[in-house]
Amino acid sequence: MSTPTRRTIKTDYLARVEGEGAMSVRIVDGRVDEVELRIFEPPRFFEALLRGRSFLEAPDITSRICGICPVAYQMSSINAMEDLCGVEVSEPIRILRRLLYCGEWIESHALHVYMLHAPDFLGYAGAVEMAREHADVVQRGLSLKKTGNELMIVIGGREIHPVNVKVGGFYRAPRKRELRELVEPLERAREAALETVRWTAGFEFPERAVECELVSLAEQGAYAIESGRVVSDRGLDVGVEDYDGHFFEEHVERSNALHSRRADGVTYLCGPLARYALSADRLSPLAREVAGEVGLEVPCRDAFRSIVVRSVELVYACDEALRLIGEYEEPDAPAAEVEPRAGVGHGATEAPRGLLYHRYELDADGTILDAKIVPPTSQNQLAIEEDLRQVVDRYHELTDDDLRHVCEQAIRNFDPCISCATHFLDLKIVRE
Amino acid sequence: MVIGVGNSYRGDDAAGREVARRVQERVPDELEVVVCGLEPTRLIDAWEGADAAIVVDAVSSEAEPGTVHRFDVTSEALPSREFRSSTHALGIGETIELARAIGRLPARIVVFGIEGEVFGSGTELSGPAQEGVERAVELVLEEAGCTSRH
Repeated sequence: MSTPTRRTIKTDYLARVEGEGAMSVRIVDGRVDEVELRIFEPPRFFEALLRGRSFLEAPDITSRICGICPVAYQMSSINAMEDLCGVEVSEPIRILRRLLYCGEWIESHALHVYMLHAPDFLGYAGAVEMAREHADVVQRGLSLKKTGNELMIVIGGREIHPVNVKVGGFYRAPRKRELRELVEPLERAREAALETVRWTAGFEFPERAVECELVSLAEQGAYAIESGRVVSDRGLDVGVEDYDGHFFEEHVERSNALHSRRADGVTYLCGPLARYALSADRLSPLAREVAGEVGLEVPCRDAFRSIVVRSVELVYACDEALRLIGEYEEPDAPAAEVEPRAGVGHGATEAPRGLLYHRYELDADGTILDAKIVPPTSQNQLAIEEDLRQVVDRYHELTDDDLRHVCEQAIRNFDPCISCATHFLDLKIVRE
Repeated sequence: MVIGVGNSYRGDDAAGREVARRVQERVPDELEVVVCGLEPTRLIDAWEGADAAIVVDAVSSEAEPGTVHRFDVTSEALPSREFRSSTHALGIGETIELARAIGRLPARIVVFGIEGEVFGSGTELSGPAQEGVERAVELVLEEAGCTSRH
């Protein structure tokens, strides 16, 4: 009887992802035995921390969960509170919210595409090494990110953890002329984003497909960002208030993050691939045109090509921001009056990494009795593990170093935000 | 120019900002002074056009709290042991290397790091960090060759 060949590949600290986590892969006789993502950043007790606080504090408290997507946390919590309290906001406030969110998409996608993900495709250890040989490209990424920052500053008050956002609207509505100053930088950013699509579409892709269900918000007439219904490519179409009936979270011992599944046990994926699959027809003509020019199909199930989808979303975010600025009229009041109500409110938005769901229970004076926050990375964790399993199956003949590199890249395809999910990465491959 | 980096609400992390503020008070007309959080594009924009920049930040290595470290990063990278913490993705060392790689680093750049003690919530500097700030102010003025030091 032959002795089985065992290989262990391990990455103790995964670089170029947000937060800390580890990955381990065990291969027995050339077949994948086990794939695990372990999240060891301390669990974050935000949900418990919110109990006993005023409902008005939720946007500022939850924005602290992430330095990359604070607006997503603010907007999901606001949607939940306004859902419960029956608040209708004016059109200018809706425009400002979507515009602020476009700023966050530009900032986050530019960071991930240029600084975190592109070095994988071009064979560099990181953005600094890539910058030494592609200074102009990295400069383009930094300029894009800066435009996102500027949008965040003008509407949110500062580029990280905006201070101008509240339940009901904003503390101060920007003047039209302040937004007009963003037009020129956004037009330049839109050109840079078009270049980004052409650049990333020219990378080499291994031609693979994720097979899980794709879930995102969807809206009529717009590419869903700050609101929408929860839909999937397998026919799910429910209001945000029904999210809990269709998705559940379970604790897995190795990880500090909860893992999400569909209520029927099926693995699903949210994020750019899901949004593009479900709403590509609602992108702006320019974004659709450049996607067509580079041959990006709908749906795109290749997680490695998520970098191209993110780039198309960059074009859209710039285009949409310009459209919104054109439509903006200064509101009479920067915020709607909000009176708390006892009950349960639900809110969801499309964070750059995918669907972010919040649910709050309030008492009659607006004190938070219970909070539930489901970030995109914990929803995506099972899909990432399933995808990794397939990647290892296909590439197990590579050396440990090369296999580790492919696995890390496969994880970065999903732009995981580990800080958000803990409630993650080091990579270990065991060959037995 | 002098750039103070840090978060004013995280205890000793504000040391770099405090140095910048005091330098500005002492020599309001001689030096351009900027304070900012550690956001890479902000930092690279901040020293744009400057021939020489002094960056001041808080550090957490194993040195005695209040110690002031000086690193001339004009031609070599910042040691990563002292400067690990960034809000996300790119720390000060990586930002300097990124700027060097794309040709946007001032011709001369020096980083002062003030060893902090307490990095929890709060707007007060610890005793050792305050002493570190006082020493760093003198060192920055000397580095910048300021005449009106008192």
